[in-house]
Amino acid sequence: MNEPEDEAERRRRQRMRSLAIGLALAALAILFYVATIVRLGGNVMNRPL
Amino acid sequence: MADIAHTGIGIERRALSSSAGGNVSDFITLMKPRVMSLVIFTALTGLVLAPGTLHPALAFIALLCIAVGAGASGALNMWYDADIDGQMQRTAARPIPRGHVTAEEALTFGVVLSVFSVFTLGLIVNWVAGALLALTIAFYIFVYTMWLKRRTPQNIVIGGAAGAFPPMIGWAAVTGSVSVESILLFLIIFMWTPPHFWALALYRCRDYERVGVPMLPVVAGRLETRRQIVIYSALLVPLAVLPALMGFAGAFYGATAIILGAVFMALALGIWSAEDDRKVDHIARHLFRFSIFYLFMLFAALLVERVAAAVMS
Repeated sequence: MNEPEDEAERRRRQRMRSLAIGLALAALAILFYVATIVRLGGNVMNRPL
Repeated sequence: MADIAHTGIGIERRALSSSAGGNVSDFITLMKPRVMSLVIFTALTGLVLAPGTLHPALAFIALLCIAVGAGASGALNMWYDADIDGQMQRTAARPIPRGHVTAEEALTFGVVLSVFSVFTLGLIVNWVAGALLALTIAFYIFVYTMWLKRRTPQNIVIGGAAGAFPPMIGWAAVTGSVSVESILLFLIIFMWTPPHFWALALYRCRDYERVGVPMLPVVAGRLETRRQIVIYSALLVPLAVLPALMGFAGAFYGATAIILGAVFMALALGIWSAEDDRKVDHIARHLFRFSIFYLFMLFAALLVERVAAAVMS
């Protein structure tokens, strides 16, 4: 692999890794949201104002 | 940690792509997806068999955490074993020996996934399941990979416990406890592991010998390994029928365990009675592949029976 190609490949892989981490974090947020709703049910709204 | 730059087969490939960093697929490979699929399946069986109910969303999260925890163990195992992986034919193409992922990246990846999977399972499902998952990861890394693997031929006998925990974790996710039934599921996988791995070790003996891993054929010889395969198979086959005899599995499971157990035993005896090394290796390859099918079918039978009972009631 010559240098410019190597650099382009490095950037592509870095972008894909960043995208995967972003998706994993988004999935984690959804997962905790769903778990909260399932665990608390209607009580999620039941809190002192 | 040994310097992976000194490993044999890995050197050439490392030079080609190390500067580009790892692909997403390399990180997936670090998680040993094939091992993970068996872990998910056995954990699902434990989850379905357990008395009581768990919300489907929580059941999905429990399975996800168990899968990620198993993947984390795989990544940590590849981090620690990178030095010998590069010298073994079966493992030389793993991401660290190939130079796609650095040992430090694999370590970080494994630790982060371990912490997230254990705490998520504990917080969302229950802490008994979370603690069992932490124990599984710790056992696989500290007891099997770091302590036993390079020291004793009993490595996979004791270390096999790590692979046997998933149905117990699945069960605990529903009940919040450990019971005789879940211990029996644990014991089936525990007893299955030695003949499964020793069959592989018989025809990969040179690989293990080269890197100094004291697998049974390397230390005690092929004849003793063949004898041990028969002994452990003779213990496994009746043990696998016990769920039917104890009443928590039905006739369909019992028949499956007896029929497949007979094939398992026939292959083990075939290894024992084969006249030459080539024949032994040939049957060992069959036993290795069949043992995966055997375990999969045992748990599938348990699952099918329980789902069928739920549909009919």
